[in-house]
Amino acid sequence: MSSEWPLWEVFIRGQHGLNHRHVGSLHAPDAELAIKNARDVYTRRNEGVSIWVVKSVDIAASSPSDKGPLFEPSNSKVYRHPTFFEIPEEVGHM
Amino acid sequence: MYAQLVKSEGMKSAAELSPQERAFQDRIDRGEKIEPKEWMPEGYRKTLIRQIGQHAHSEIVGQLPEGNWITRAPTLERKAILLAKVQDEAGHGLYLYCAAETLGVSRDQLLAKLHDGSMKYSSIFNYPTLNWADIGAVGWLVDGAAIMNQVQLQKTSYGPYSRAMIRICKEESFHQRQGYDIMMKMAQGTAEQKAMAQDALDRFWYPALMMFGPSDKDSVHSTQSMAWKIKINTNDELRQKFVDQTVPQAEYLGLKIPDPNLKWNEEKKGYDFSEPDWSEFFEVIAGNGPCNKERLGARVKAWEDGAWFRDGLLAHAEKAQARRAAARVAAE
Repeated sequence: MSSEWPLWEVFIRGQHGLNHRHVGSLHAPDAELAIKNARDVYTRRNEGVSIWVVKSVDIAASSPSDKGPLFEPSNSKVYRHPTFFEIPEEVGHM
Repeated sequence: MYAQLVKSEGMKSAAELSPQERAFQDRIDRGEKIEPKEWMPEGYRKTLIRQIGQHAHSEIVGQLPEGNWITRAPTLERKAILLAKVQDEAGHGLYLYCAAETLGVSRDQLLAKLHDGSMKYSSIFNYPTLNWADIGAVGWLVDGAAIMNQVQLQKTSYGPYSRAMIRICKEESFHQRQGYDIMMKMAQGTAEQKAMAQDALDRFWYPALMMFGPSDKDSVHSTQSMAWKIKINTNDELRQKFVDQTVPQAEYLGLKIPDPNLKWNEEKKGYDFSEPDWSEFFEVIAGNGPCNKERLGARVKAWEDGAWFRDGLLAHAEKAQARRAAARVAAE
């Protein structure tokens, strides 16, 4: 009976200067083959200049049910945005 | 395409929904995407696994009728193009299996269900590809019908499925155009080549129409799936769009759609056309199409013949990891 290859999450840097972005996942026996498979599946049309892979089980994620406690506190802190402050026109661009 | 006759769970009326189910439906109605770890009704999860799984199976079984022609493509360029298309289909299967896996089922479990016949794939791949013109017809009609279905599914409510569809649609357009390119070459070629193109259209027309699934009036699973936005358009709506789009393309090729009842209907701004033979469709779905045994047999053989290789790579990975761990301990 075969055991299943682990699942890897794939992150691709689309162009120089941009962040790696999650593009999908795949199965592979190890990191080296995960990168090769990611090259074959996710960069068939010049989509990337760099690949990261990480085992899915190694990703820690926030829980959807914590959405409120995690993110709502920032809603009331409008002063974190530059638009909160009014700068007189005479001062010019700031 | 690709998902026909997906069994959905029973539709509940608004009054029967629990508060949690009501809140879920409200999110869908607002157009929010549902993401993997979020709460979802069990029926939503099950229906999605069936639909995405069937869709994934269709992608990989769909490689077989075309892979059959890679070694016999008429030129090196055509061979390279067909190879790229068949590779794309493997990738499409991969995206979809991964989307299904976010719902708590593993890819190997899904494959086991394909191989034992308890999950289906699209009926279209149980028809043979007899000559090179068939490869043109498959790209033009089969991928054309697939696009028609997949474009609307980009808006489906389940995030991972929607994102897989967006990637697939980008690539699918290449598939349809390469098919039409073959058809143009054949239709503008010698009388024999044109006859081959017509013959391929004659054989693939009705099976392509069947890809959208049974008529709405016989489609018992649609209502709940549409409420959940697992499905966006009805089977008949998509079939109509496909016919309206394809008829002018056939006219350009100088080929005739094999339907004596095909006629422009000014009132509905679309074509009237004949329904496919639905008894044939149900026979093919039940496993009695021209190539069902061959297709599933090829799948199972590839899976079983590859087992030693999959196991070998995993054993190698485990050994390498153990060696690395030992080296770390020695260095400390």
